[in-house]
Amino acid sequence: MIVEIGHYALTLALALALVQAIVPLWGAARSDEGLIGVAQSTAIGQFAAVALSFAALVEAHLVSDFSVLNVAENSHTAVPTIYKITGVWGNHEGSMLLWVLILAVFGALVAIFARALPPVLRGNVLGVQGLISSAFLAFILITSNPFARLDPAPFEGRDLNPVLQDPGLAIHPPLLYLGYVGFSIVFSFAAAALIEGRVDAAWARFVRPFALIAWSFLTLGIAMGSYWAYYTLGWGGFWFWDPVENASLMPWLAGTAFVHSVAVMEKREALKVWTVFLAIVAFSFSLLGTFLVRSGVLTSVHAFASDPERGVFILLILAAFIGGALALFAWRAPLLKQGGLFAPISREGALVLNNLFLTTSCAAVMLGTLYPLALEQLTGEKITVGAPFFNMTCGALLIALCAVIPFGQSLAWKRGDLLGAAQRLAIAGAAGLCVAVALYAAMSGGPVLAPIGAGLAIYVILGASSEIAARLWRGGAPFSVLLARAAGLPLSTWGAAVAHLGVGVTLLGLAMTGFGAETIASMKIGEPRVVGPYVVAFESLQPRVGPNYRELVAKAAIRKGGAVVATVEPSKRFFPAREMSTTQAGIVTLDLGQIYISIGDENNGAIAARLYWKPLVTLIWIGACVMALGGALSLADRRLRIGAPARAKAALAPQPTRAG
Amino acid sequence: MTRKGRRLTLIGVALCVVAFAVGLGLYALRDSIVFFYGPSEIAEKNVQPGARLRVGGLVKPGTLVRSANERISFVITDNAHDVAVTYQGQVPDLFREGQGVVAEGVLEAPGKFHADTILSKHDERYMPREVVDALKKQGRWQEGGGT
Repeated sequence: MIVEIGHYALTLALALALVQAIVPLWGAARSDEGLIGVAQSTAIGQFAAVALSFAALVEAHLVSDFSVLNVAENSHTAVPTIYKITGVWGNHEGSMLLWVLILAVFGALVAIFARALPPVLRGNVLGVQGLISSAFLAFILITSNPFARLDPAPFEGRDLNPVLQDPGLAIHPPLLYLGYVGFSIVFSFAAAALIEGRVDAAWARFVRPFALIAWSFLTLGIAMGSYWAYYTLGWGGFWFWDPVENASLMPWLAGTAFVHSVAVMEKREALKVWTVFLAIVAFSFSLLGTFLVRSGVLTSVHAFASDPERGVFILLILAAFIGGALALFAWRAPLLKQGGLFAPISREGALVLNNLFLTTSCAAVMLGTLYPLALEQLTGEKITVGAPFFNMTCGALLIALCAVIPFGQSLAWKRGDLLGAAQRLAIAGAAGLCVAVALYAAMSGGPVLAPIGAGLAIYVILGASSEIAARLWRGGAPFSVLLARAAGLPLSTWGAAVAHLGVGVTLLGLAMTGFGAETIASMKIGEPRVVGPYVVAFESLQPRVGPNYRELVAKAAIRKGGAVVATVEPSKRFFPAREMSTTQAGIVTLDLGQIYISIGDENNGAIAARLYWKPLVTLIWIGACVMALGGALSLADRRLRIGAPARAKAALAPQPTRAG
Repeated sequence: MTRKGRRLTLIGVALCVVAFAVGLGLYALRDSIVFFYGPSEIAEKNVQPGARLRVGGLVKPGTLVRSANERISFVITDNAHDVAVTYQGQVPDLFREGQGVVAEGVLEAPGKFHADTILSKHDERYMPREVVDALKKQGRWQEGGGT
């Protein structure tokens, strides 16, 4: 019964979405406030319906209702409760339902906070949002119904894919979807601006918080996915330039470019057409990511099942939205009034450079990801574009970008002083250079890029900090005055500095991987092995029984100078329900670095093992969290809050620009 | 700076970055593309030793030999032609005889392949798509029965 209610609610949501797609757009075209007003209630109603539907599916998984095909194929009575819940989106149908749920959450958020928006803009934004919802709800109901019944119901489910039985599944997909789907709002705003033929600083002010929310969540989602892959695959790698990873990186790069260009638009009324274009591109890449991952064109852990019908449907949605938006852009963009040009040496000039680097690196990733697919379709030839391509293009461009980040931050709006900025950054640059030289001297072999990257990272970190420090210090003052100044700085300034600091921290973590150690060995119990500054020895090897698996656990002691500093228990798990085994790496964090041990098979009392020492590796993910924190700080800035209508009106008048 | 000068600077900088990116892209594409072949294609196309490629097919039952220090050797087959593969390191959890596999590495001599990466399927219901296609080409694949 509950399952049928869920199915019914989903259908109801589609009906509401269709109303939301048609009525407000029509109302906006006729400037009829009554018709536009329909959008808010339908958006909130749609959220309620999708939430009910999602809750029904969660309930079916919780009580292990195997008469539901989705539950029977992806759950098992012995699975721990947490994986029964996360298993809801550990399959194609459920994950699409989560996608739509998050879309509905964002739609409802816009509806609630949109009262301050001019009515025509509000109608168009929510109308386009309704179109997106309709397309995806129809996709679920037609090709991927999660509520399909199974008759007769089996006694036991087929179990959740063991690879997905991990806390990562609880965190990674929701965060990533919050990012992907968040850009749909940015897209709707861009489409609305084009329909109306008008875009101004107020538009930028409304859209920026949503862009920051989406960007922050996408950053966290990618970082979480990377960490999950790192600890679960047992190879110690954290980024493989896999098409699925690239699919999440492309919207991130485009979104990062958007977050920066929208700042120029808000402050200086420039780059309007470009910003609108980026908004379309960012969500187009999110859709492309969904297509690549969900259609089965790629072989990956993310492709749950390849069903050609689904692939074609998503491709149609993709073509309709991207093609439609770009056609709208080509038709209407000339109507948008161009802002003024500006001096090359200025904050906005630096942000243009930032956008150039980000979009070209995004294009490079796209080329590497789509070229093999296109070539296979055209010639039948199968190729893969390997990591070296991406490191050389995207990596090189992003490193060049890092070199200019501190400059961009310390240049003033309108007219910057390059020499002054260089003087302020001299200390950071010198410190970076010292670190690079010292590390190079200390290094024996290994890639030259590692010390260069580390030096660059130090320079970025100090550069980001010195921006704040210079503003607080200004001629020296007692501590209390400094504190007062710190509190007085706009939160968006703090946000930018913190986010850039995060970039430096991540870069440092990446660079330090060049200083790690790695051994593949066959080790007897008690036989010691040196890994970096530590000595690892296995103490025992024992079988153990878990709730829905059996495992072989090795206990390893990690010593430094004879004393045990940590023990880890890498294991090999076997899941009888699917006759599958997984590797559980033993990981311990020591001074921000990690010892990483994964075991293979046992052979004559010796354990096949991979041992890694990864110095400062956690900084890669800590940096991403710091970046997201920067996004959150900017978001908390009062000036950007949507519920500040007085500000929105004031923004229509030309604003005095402050330096910085 | 005049308005014209500013526009020219902007366009100039943009062209420089784009040219830099295109140059990098073309240079990098030259030697980081890896072709995928089935064992039959390697035989038919007469692929030269020394080429870096991916080979996909089934692990031929009874050919997997494990020796000291994580060294393994096995034969990849599409039931028409075989390729002997050597590899050192841990293999994925789902790597077994009779299952689909993709190996990336260098062809050392005709029919002899040294792999540095082994990819396997991640789910017992799922077969690497390249392997399915390679088997289909040989007419050795039955829809639905292959897994």
